[in-house]
Amino acid sequence: MSSRRSRQSSGSSAASSRISDDQIISLVSRLQQLLPEIRNTRSSKVSASKVLQETCNYIRNLNKEVDDLSDRLSQLLATIDSDSAEAAIIRSLIMQ
Amino acid sequence: MASSSISNAEANTNQPRETKFEKLTKRGRENQAKEVTKMEKTRWTSDAEQQNYSVKLVEALSQRSHGNSSPAAEVSHVAVRETADRLLAVAAKGRTRWSRSIVMSRLRLKLNPNKHKKQKKPKVAGDMRSKKPVAVAKKIPAVERKVRLLGRLVPGCRKLSFPNLLGEATDYIAALEMQVRAMTVLSGLLTGTESLAPQFDPLGSGRS
Repeated sequence: MSSRRSRQSSGSSAASSRISDDQIISLVSRLQQLLPEIRNTRSSKVSASKVLQETCNYIRNLNKEVDDLSDRLSQLLATIDSDSAEAAIIRSLIMQ
Repeated sequence: MASSSISNAEANTNQPRETKFEKLTKRGRENQAKEVTKMEKTRWTSDAEQQNYSVKLVEALSQRSHGNSSPAAEVSHVAVRETADRLLAVAAKGRTRWSRSIVMSRLRLKLNPNKHKKQKKPKVAGDMRSKKPVAVAKKIPAVERKVRLLGRLVPGCRKLSFPNLLGEATDYIAALEMQVRAMTVLSGLLTGTESLAPQFDPLGSGRS
C-alpha cells in the first residue's frame, strides 16, 4: 500500500482539486468491472451515479448472502460438532 | 570493480540523461507499483487465499463449538458471521482501512464490554438535523448522497475522501465475494458429509 499512501499524500497536500479526474475515472472503471450488473449490460456510457448506486446495492446483496450463509453454516455445524474427526476430514477436503 | 561502476555513474550525472542507478530505481518502483496493483487485484481471487480462509474458518468454528460444554451446543448465526468477518479482516493483513476498522472495533468491544455505542451517537445526529432547514437539506446532490451511502456501507470509511473511498470499496467487494465463495463451498461440504454421516464409520470408534 506504500504506493497508495504516497499518492494520497501528494493528492491531499495541494488543493482538493488536485485529485485528478483521470484518477477518479480509473477508480470508477475498476469498480465498474467488479459489478456484475454493469458487466453484463456492456455499455461504455455508464454514469458515475449508476456505478455508485450499483456498488451500494451489490455490497448490500453480498452482506445479505454472507448472513444467509452463516445462518446455514450455524445450522450445519450444530450437527457435526460432536466428532472432531469430521472437522479434520473437512479440512482435508478443502485443501484439495 | 565497485569503484569503476561508481565513477561511471558519477560521470553520467553530468549529462541530462538519467543515470543507470536512477533508471533502475525508477523502473523498480514502477514495477513494484504494478505488482502491488496486480496483487491487489488478484489477492482475493486466488484459490490459495480462499482455501486458507476456509481452513481457518473451519478451525475457528469447530473450536468454538467444542469449547461449549453442553452436548447440543449450537453456534449461533451471529457468532458465525462475526467469526467470518473477523477472519476476513485479518486476512487483509491490515492493508485496507475497512479491515483495520473491523479489527479495531472488535478489540474495543472486548476491552469495554459495558460501554454501549448508542449513548454517544444520538446527541450529534439530533442537533444537526434540527438546525438544517428542510429546503437546504434537499439540495444535497444525488451523487453526494450516494457517496455518503457508500461510505456508511464500507466499515470505517465514513469520512474518507472520494478516491480513497472508491479504492476501499473495490477491495471490500472483492473480499466479500471471496467470503461468499468460501462459505458456499464450506456449506456444500458440510451438507455432503452430513448426508454421509449415518453410514460413515469414523476411524476412532470402529464398530466392526
